[in-house]
Amino acid sequence: MSEAIEKVSIIVSKGSLEGIYPALILGNGARAEGIEANLFFTFFGLDAVSKKRHEHIKVASVGNPGLHLATLVGGIPGMPGLLTSYMERKMDKLDIPPIPEFIEMIADTGAGIYGCQASCDLFGLTKDDLIDQVKDIITVGEFYSLAAGGQIIFT
Amino acid sequence: MAEASYDGQVVSVNDEGFFTDPGQWTEAMAPQIAKAEGIDHLTDRHWQVIRFMRQEYQAKGTGPTVRVLGKTSGVSIKELYQLFPKGPAKLAAKIAGIPKPRGCI
Repeated sequence: MSEAIEKVSIIVSKGSLEGIYPALILGNGARAEGIEANLFFTFFGLDAVSKKRHEHIKVASVGNPGLHLATLVGGIPGMPGLLTSYMERKMDKLDIPPIPEFIEMIADTGAGIYGCQASCDLFGLTKDDLIDQVKDIITVGEFYSLAAGGQIIFT
Repeated sequence: MAEASYDGQVVSVNDEGFFTDPGQWTEAMAPQIAKAEGIDHLTDRHWQVIRFMRQEYQAKGTGPTVRVLGKTSGVSIKELYQLFPKGPAKLAAKIAGIPKPRGCI
C-alpha cells in the first residue's frame, strides 16, 4: 500500500452550491479519515463563510452544462432559487447538511478555516463580515506555509 | 486477510485491521485495540461511543458515519474528535470490532 495522505489543504474558489459542496465533502471526509485539513476560501468561495451570504448560496442555472437545462430556461427569473430548493430538499433527505451547518461541523472536527486576504480586500470584507469559524484571513504565501508537507486541492 | 490477537484470542481482521467477524469481539479486547491505535485509556465517554457503534451495527448492519454519530450518540462532533483524534467513526469502529462505516458525510 502506498503512503497514506496526512494533510490536505483545500482551496474553495467558487460561489455556487455545486462549486462549494465538493470542497466541504473533501474537507469533512479528510477529517473523518484522520487527515489534517485546511479550507481556504477565496474569490466567490468567500460567500460560503460570509455572514451575509452563507445562507443564500444558489445553484448556477445558466451556462451550466451539467444541469442539462436550456440556457433560456435557466435564465428565467426565479429559476436559480427553484433549482436550489429542489437540490436542498434532495440533500436533506440524504442527511447532507446545508452549507452553514456543514462548515460549522467541519470547524468542530478541528479543520482550519481561512479567508483569502486579497479577495477580502477586493470585496471590502473584514473578519467581522465572516463567520466565527474563520480562524484568520491569510495571504497566499501564508496559505502555502500552512499547506506545506501536504496535498493541495483546488476547487 | 490477516489475523490479530487480542485478549489471548486470535481474530480475523482485514488488511486495515478491522474485524471481519464482529461476533469474535469481546469488550475485553477494546482497550488493547485502542492502545494499538494510540488511545491509552478508554473513559466512560469512549465506551459510550463504542457501545453505540455496536448497537448501530446490530440494528442497521453498518456502523454510523461521523455525522450520524454526532447527531445520535449523545456525544458532539467536537468531543468525538477529542476522544478519537484520528477519525472518530473509523477508530471507534475498529475498537468496537465492527467493519469500517462507508459513507461520505
